[in-house]
Amino acid sequence: MKIAVLVKQVPSGDSPLRIADDSLWVKEENVSFITNESDSYAVEEALQLREKSGDGEVVAVSLGPERAQRAIREALSKGADRGIHVQQSYPYHSDPLEIARALAAAMAGEKFDLVLSGLQSDDYGFGQVGVILGEKLGMTTATLVMATELSDGRLMVKRELESGWFQWVSLTLPASISIQSGINTPRYPSLKGIMGAKKKVIESVTPENGDKPAQSISKVYIPQKTKRTEMIEGTVDQQVERLVQVLKKEIRII
Amino acid sequence: MSILVVIEQSDGGVHRMSREAIAAGQALGRDLDLPVSALLLGNDLSSRCETLQSMQLHEILKVEHPLLRSYSSDGFSQALAQVIQNESPKYVIAGHTYMVRDFFPRVSAKLNIPFLADNIAYRVDGDTLILNKQLFSAKLAADFVPSDDGSCIISFQSAAFQEDDVATGSEVTVREVAITLDDSSIRSTSEEPFQEIAGAVDLSSAEVIVSVGRGIGKEENLPLAKELAQALGAELASSRPVVDAGWLEGYHQIGSSGQTVAPKLYFALGISGAIQHVVGMKGSKNICVINKDPEAPIFELADYGVIGDLVEIVPKLTETVLGVKS
Repeated sequence: MKIAVLVKQVPSGDSPLRIADDSLWVKEENVSFITNESDSYAVEEALQLREKSGDGEVVAVSLGPERAQRAIREALSKGADRGIHVQQSYPYHSDPLEIARALAAAMAGEKFDLVLSGLQSDDYGFGQVGVILGEKLGMTTATLVMATELSDGRLMVKRELESGWFQWVSLTLPASISIQSGINTPRYPSLKGIMGAKKKVIESVTPENGDKPAQSISKVYIPQKTKRTEMIEGTVDQQVERLVQVLKKEIRII
Repeated sequence: MSILVVIEQSDGGVHRMSREAIAAGQALGRDLDLPVSALLLGNDLSSRCETLQSMQLHEILKVEHPLLRSYSSDGFSQALAQVIQNESPKYVIAGHTYMVRDFFPRVSAKLNIPFLADNIAYRVDGDTLILNKQLFSAKLAADFVPSDDGSCIISFQSAAFQEDDVATGSEVTVREVAITLDDSSIRSTSEEPFQEIAGAVDLSSAEVIVSVGRGIGKEENLPLAKELAQALGAELASSRPVVDAGWLEGYHQIGSSGQTVAPKLYFALGISGAIQHVVGMKGSKNICVINKDPEAPIFELADYGVIGDLVEIVPKLTETVLGVKS
């Protein structure tokens, strides 16, 4: 079983987000980058699938500038076997088709049985790259996966539907699936894992200049507030007093 | 040049978000002076077709095929790609549902046309269509534009448009559209959908909801929220992280993967306001927020906001509410 797992670096939730001078992205200074949340679940699921099948390889793949290697190194320290870094000097790419094409070109020769990705990134939130990559590589695809099982050369996935419904879907391999947060409990890297990761290989690939993007950002901005909010200030006692007044006199539920 | 709205079924009828997508399509059609048609994909489409015939549409395109009887990403992506190739609509519009997320990116890949996903609004500037999408869990927003003037696929977030705004019409022409699908190209099989927990609470009928998020801190603090809910006669709900942590059962969850609610009061405790949560509660009549992070995007939706530590405020609030009631 040869498994690829896509990992992406995104600004951490508590990083200050200031809009860049060209209004096309955020200023990266003072931003700390972390592995995208649902990608961590995808890494864990890949490692568990490798462990269950008894043999095989997990390859962590990331597209991005030099710093993206840290996301790959983190996956290696948790147990992934090697990495592929698809170099992008421009730190922000706003077209999932373009991103998936570059990944497909870098990964096509590897003949992966399975590609795992996080459901969506916490920055752009396209939720498309893993699916497009699957299509480009001739794979079956499934999204919002909450459980996986390998049996008789097929992959069974439990897909999350809307409003608390689920469905089991059986896919032929090779397959590209996106993993929903909460599917497992991601492990922490062990000290041994961190030391061992230093010897693992990260192959660096520079994509050819391909087609122009199919969509792009023309402007990033701070959303305009549309609702009028009464901010209740003061001491805790004053806040509680006003809240109770609101509940009783304005919303009238007590 | 035309607009094509892709219709999804839900409980045998037209999905709520497909109705919203028709409202979006009609609005765009008026702005750009383009005819708007609807597309039905599947098998046994008569009842949905009837629903659509009372709407103001140019045409209803109907694609019926035995291999589209149940949903598959392989089947639906091939079918939609063929329709787009044959009909060459300028804009293909849909609600940003889980099914759309599952197969639309493949259509985009097959045809090499952009899929501008999960937008909250659009505007037209000269000849250019600009889509508004939220970034970083709604902390920022961005304008997206397609790079050329070929076909493009667009999805809108839940409640970006209102189904009440769908313009009505009558006797819309139905046109059957033929596609070719090969049995061997459907490489997946699906089992029947199921719900995990029996006896789940139907939060959609609750008048008052007290909802907890990651900001509650730890499982031991949950009783604070439960006691407030009890004092207010409210149902208890949560955002996804609380369910993922195993602190509450999945049926308490509000949002895109949980329930959609519109109570008289939605009391959000320690909820940051990620888009996935917001789509499930933004129709609430009154939203009250307690959060210690003044930057939390949930405050954007709040009618009443308190910046502070809920562990300190909530017990006092419960006590005072109980005092007032007795």
